[in-house]
Amino acid sequence: MTTRDGDGRTLGDMAGISSRSGSTATLMPALTVTISLLGLGLLWSLAANAWPSRAFPGPGEVWQVLLREAASGDLFYHLGATLGRVAAAYVVAMIIGSVIGILLGSYRRADRFFNPWVILFLNIPALVIIVLAYIWFGLTEAAAIGAVAVNKIPNVVVTMREGARALDPRYAEMAAVYRFAPLDRLRHILLPQLQPYLAAASRSGIALIWKIVLVVELLGRSNGVGFQIHLYFQLFDVAAILAYTLAFVAVMLVIELLLVQPVERHATRWRRRPA
Amino acid sequence: MQPVGAAAPLRVDIAEKTFRSAQGVSVTALRNLSFEVRQGEFVCLLGPSGCGKTTTLRILLGLDRQFSGSFQLPEGSSNRIAAVFQEPTLLPWRTVEENVRLALPKDLRAKNIDALFDTLGLAGMRSLYPAELSLGLARRAALARAFAIEPAVLFLDEPFVSLDGRTAGQLRHLLLDVWSAKPTTALMVTHNLTEALTLADRIIVLAPRPSHVLGVFDIGLPRQHRSPEATNDLLRSFHQKFPGVT
Repeated sequence: MTTRDGDGRTLGDMAGISSRSGSTATLMPALTVTISLLGLGLLWSLAANAWPSRAFPGPGEVWQVLLREAASGDLFYHLGATLGRVAAAYVVAMIIGSVIGILLGSYRRADRFFNPWVILFLNIPALVIIVLAYIWFGLTEAAAIGAVAVNKIPNVVVTMREGARALDPRYAEMAAVYRFAPLDRLRHILLPQLQPYLAAASRSGIALIWKIVLVVELLGRSNGVGFQIHLYFQLFDVAAILAYTLAFVAVMLVIELLLVQPVERHATRWRRRPA
Repeated sequence: MQPVGAAAPLRVDIAEKTFRSAQGVSVTALRNLSFEVRQGEFVCLLGPSGCGKTTTLRILLGLDRQFSGSFQLPEGSSNRIAAVFQEPTLLPWRTVEENVRLALPKDLRAKNIDALFDTLGLAGMRSLYPAELSLGLARRAALARAFAIEPAVLFLDEPFVSLDGRTAGQLRHLLLDVWSAKPTTALMVTHNLTEALTLADRIIVLAPRPSHVLGVFDIGLPRQHRSPEATNDLLRSFHQKFPGVT
């Protein structure tokens, strides 16, 4: 594979791009992760056996609770409620935050004026926003989701503002000369350039949002993982608390593996990977 | 930029273009720059580096509106304009073929561009991403994009800089091949006299800043007769007419 084309690029380079996903290469990391998690479980089990207490159940006990809650359907009901809120807050925060961030990144004077607002909102504690939202708008679903979104929006704004500042004007000029339609500009010029920033905002966003959603549920909702944890806290049922927590972490892990990573791989397929 | 009548030539009449730096210093780049390009003519704008050639092109492309004066673009079968920039400016996240097709107007998106790709030697590169191309190949893709839209006027801004001599020569011939198939009104900016003598029908020579037209060099000789010896003769007569210009 050393044939050269007219401009001196070897064909071997081209072939290398498509033939990198060997089966051992994809299997090894998965194996490492499994062994690592099993090790953590083993450590937990040993510790729980060494100090037996109702406040520190072992993995077996937590698993029993998990099966019980799953069988009764409670687990899926509450997981679903929380997941719905996470998704809604995420979408709202990403859209509003991106629009504001891109505008601030594109217009220097607007940025100078609104920057103090962004810093102010960045530093308001999540709890304050949640409590105020419930007081002003009542214990409603909209207040809950809105409060979570408002907590996340400043973070998205800051990230997307950086993204907008890094936009390359040459692509916009090319699009202007060739008269790209507005939608084409968005899809082929703007979004691909903002993709790394969108990915960063999404990653940190989902992790932050689901933690805040639990607080929102604890304070003013009658379902969801946060509500259940509050309930079992009053009963001092640590096994159930851990069961719900681990179940939701597992859900988020699955979303990361089956949704976030494939989307990211697709979006960055054009980047030249180091050989 | 009011196009008047069909087949009108490209007419440029820029009174003044001044840049103001952040420190308040103003530099006049162009003053009383006026020239014409006839329908289907290939004209080179020749001048030393930094004399405002690129500025002129940016004004004509509509990318810079802070100037006084006027210009008029030709109206052919389409009123589209195409540009080949100093850098290829391909979208790195789209394949070569997508880059070309995206520049096409909606109703031509599905048009057959096989012949164009074949002529430019890009047939096997359609599904590659720009990062996988050499600079020479990326420049060819940029040429493909410009010719694919069948523009009424084509602007080229030193499209062959930073290539080695052989590759640049090869690309010049490819450009002529594609252009001759369907002669488009073209204005190319360059500081390379030999390049201008190879490609152009006429050369418009610019004076250094503030830039204006120093004179016009008409190359009467058809392109197929421009052998190395003939080009040397052209060079000699150019230097006679414009002593002191590179």
